[in-house]
Amino acid sequence: MKSAVIVFPGSNCDRDVAVALEQVSGQKPTMVWHGDSALPEVDLVVLPGGFSFGDYLRSGAMAGRSPIMKDVVDRAHKGKPTLGICNGFQILTETGLLPGALMRNAGLKFVCRSVTLKVEHANSAFTNAYTNGDLIDIPVAHHDGNYFADADTLSALEDNGQVAFRYQDNPNGSLNDIAGIYNESRSVLGLMPHPERAIGDELGSSDGRKMFESLIANL
Amino acid sequence: MSEINTEITPEITPEITPEIVAEHGLNEEEYARILCALNREPNINELGIFSVMWSEHCSYKSSRRHLATLPTEAPWVICGPGENAGVIDIGDGQTAIFKMESHNHPSFIEPYQGAATGVGGILRDVFTMGARPIANLNALRFGSPDHPKTKHLLAGVVEGIGGYGNCVGIPTIAGQTEFDPAYDGNILVNAMTIGIADADKVFYSAAAGIGNSVVYVGSKTGRDGIHGATMASAEFDDDSDEKRPTVQVGDPFTEKLLIEACLELMAGDSIVAIQDMGAAGLTSSAVEMASKGDVGLELDLDMVPQREEDMTPYEMMLSESQERMLMVLEPGREDEAMAIFRKWDLDFAIIGKVTDTKHLTLLHKGEVVGDIPIGPLVDDAPNYDRPHDVKPAAFAAETPDIPAPNNLGDALAQMIGSHHLSSRRWIWEQYDHQVMGDTVVLPGGDAGVVRIHGTNKALATTTDCTPRYCYADPVEGGKQAVAETWRNISAVGATPLAITNCLNFGNPEKPEIMSQFVGCIQGISEACRALDYPVVSGNVSLYNETNGKAVLPTPAIGGVGLMQDYTKLTTVAFKVDGEAVFIIGKTQGHLTQSIYARDLIGVTTGPAPFVDLVAEKKHSEFVRAQIDQGHLTACHDVSDGGALVALAEMAMAGRIGMDITHDAGHGFWFGEDQGRYIVTTNDAESLVQAAKAANVPLTRLGTTGGDMIASQLVSSLTDVSEQWMPNYMAAP
Repeated sequence: MKSAVIVFPGSNCDRDVAVALEQVSGQKPTMVWHGDSALPEVDLVVLPGGFSFGDYLRSGAMAGRSPIMKDVVDRAHKGKPTLGICNGFQILTETGLLPGALMRNAGLKFVCRSVTLKVEHANSAFTNAYTNGDLIDIPVAHHDGNYFADADTLSALEDNGQVAFRYQDNPNGSLNDIAGIYNESRSVLGLMPHPERAIGDELGSSDGRKMFESLIANL
Repeated sequence: MSEINTEITPEITPEITPEIVAEHGLNEEEYARILCALNREPNINELGIFSVMWSEHCSYKSSRRHLATLPTEAPWVICGPGENAGVIDIGDGQTAIFKMESHNHPSFIEPYQGAATGVGGILRDVFTMGARPIANLNALRFGSPDHPKTKHLLAGVVEGIGGYGNCVGIPTIAGQTEFDPAYDGNILVNAMTIGIADADKVFYSAAAGIGNSVVYVGSKTGRDGIHGATMASAEFDDDSDEKRPTVQVGDPFTEKLLIEACLELMAGDSIVAIQDMGAAGLTSSAVEMASKGDVGLELDLDMVPQREEDMTPYEMMLSESQERMLMVLEPGREDEAMAIFRKWDLDFAIIGKVTDTKHLTLLHKGEVVGDIPIGPLVDDAPNYDRPHDVKPAAFAAETPDIPAPNNLGDALAQMIGSHHLSSRRWIWEQYDHQVMGDTVVLPGGDAGVVRIHGTNKALATTTDCTPRYCYADPVEGGKQAVAETWRNISAVGATPLAITNCLNFGNPEKPEIMSQFVGCIQGISEACRALDYPVVSGNVSLYNETNGKAVLPTPAIGGVGLMQDYTKLTTVAFKVDGEAVFIIGKTQGHLTQSIYARDLIGVTTGPAPFVDLVAEKKHSEFVRAQIDQGHLTACHDVSDGGALVALAEMAMAGRIGMDITHDAGHGFWFGEDQGRYIVTTNDAESLVQAAKAANVPLTRLGTTGGDMIASQLVSSLTDVSEQWMPNYMAAP
């Protein structure tokens, strides 16, 4: 599996996700600078966590308009598997690849802790090594993870089975306890928790490995 | 030598009156030294430069001679105090670079920005030397929980530390937070950073190469933070809020870019010297670089990137705008360096050159607006031997009555649920402690542990100090602060290597404060020598006083240790039912200055516990050997609250109770004797034999199992421990 990790100014989980991809797939991803205009030929595009452009305007807003994003969006529309983690999820909602928005946590504070997620729909290239209903422990670390969408969007997400993961103990006020969602065709996944931080028991959990294993098996 | 501009515009370069001199925090004698150094009157720019360079904060004028007595050498020390941070060898061609620094005064005035820029400053000290930061720590002290400002300050400081460190993407993995009325008017915010660099890629600050370009990179210079160093060198009074404009504003996003750009440039060989602009900004960085290199620097201030219009030379030289660095580049490498900083959208400007004059020369609009010989500016800085007692006074060795509690378990629950011993989860969950993917012991343990990326090696690190001991007995308190870091690092199985310190005290012009300072230094020295655990960097913060009331003497120590194989590390949690629980070390039941005596009985007199450094070393060697051989299943150092609190912490972490079989009084359970660890093992017989062979005191306390400890439900203890801080912060 060939993958590309987009590096924005202020990304800070770019190395972490590259390590996870390499550890699980044995292949180093290509790191792509946000100012580039075209992606290399890859099987997977990853938007990493961090504070792109400091999140000074609105989380992900500036990064969503970086030069590379035109190609990322074009290819995602053509079905290229695209994964956004944390800030990457925020960027995906800013580009419209995923619906809704991520607002300030209901508790108003940054929250870094391990959370238990329920795998809601494991029928995607990102998740099919899991089984529907699996409970997995993955850390979150964010200030703006409070998922919001209007009622129609929300029921569409639920009806189409686009909710990938749900919090068991909601840390941020997300509607319907949503931790991660797919696009309609399940080729794009955005989630607030960090699977790349859960790839070994020494880090507290290895429940994130299956996401990378799913991708390798499918791509 | 150029002529100094004598055609003075009055509002920009006023006449130097005694009032202006006094406003710059310089006394008459110090001003006389300036006249001597220059052989003429300074202009306002020069006066400003002398005032910040000779401030307590930059010159260490009250502390220098005492700091010189600290042990700073060991075969593994590559660079001790004097550079931006200390450097130690961790093998395999790598170094650990670390330092701790205070940001007390600004954090009290503006907690979010004060704490945030404290983190930013210490990060720069570390990456300036070529290291990628891999862990942040802190040591925080606030006033009484009941003081009207405490909640606001705590909330702001924690948010500021998180806001900066989380954005930059460095995990905050350990720290210490305590409350005491002595900090009502002066909180302490000490931040520490550890980084890793290849041994052949450590960068220093000595400017060299006459004619080489002096380059400014990072953010633009604004009017923020002017005179911050001077503020940190005076007491507070009721009008301290008016000093808010001297607090800088942090921009962690720019810091993140600056780290990446500097490390990218450092991968090549174009940098001769590099120095961050911290306290006293452009002034101290330029003077440091020139002084270390024994050269001069000529700066053309028109070239300095400026955020605001019409900035004067005085403002530019004294601004403490954040996220800026000064570099000297190899000849002809400017374009290559500029390309990197442009890529990261950072300012890059050639603002001067290295000269052979050994002067700091400032040009502005074609005129020389300052010309100071570097030698006198640095070497002739005041160096005071402030009056102090030769033997610092310790509390009398009286034995106040410290009665037993009615019920041991109830007393335990009361202590666990107190402001002092309750869980700090509310704080550390606001810090990203896992970014970078190498945090292998989460906050809440004895020491934070981070892997050295891509290896099985790890660094264990902790910050510690027990100010009430230091107040009762400065020498023993100084020893204890060092020993506790030693113990916390040993308890996870790492070998302690070196420390950094952050010495927070009151007004050094008062003999009783200076005596505390000298006593603590003596204690730190004794411990470092006995343990072969040198001081490689540090910082002094004096004048932590408001309206004449000083903080407790607080010499915060940051320790760093190395583990060859992190998979062997041991944590505090009880692991399974049925394991033997032992205490290592002698317990005489030292109750004075204990948390039990202070918080449950209300007794604050009597001596601090004695630190037996020989036992400290022996016990730690035993513990480390047992961990290395895989004989221990859990390990925890015994500190505040004593043995029963340590046991309860292990029980809570493992959600497993304990059957206590050792019969002893409250002195045993709550006494704070030093040099002790609690350990568990599944092979009690072997541990007993090993302890006998090593001549280490070992006492069986009981067996793990069940859901109770000291007649308390472990889950109830967890509840009271976890509830204190969220409840406190949520209360109106």
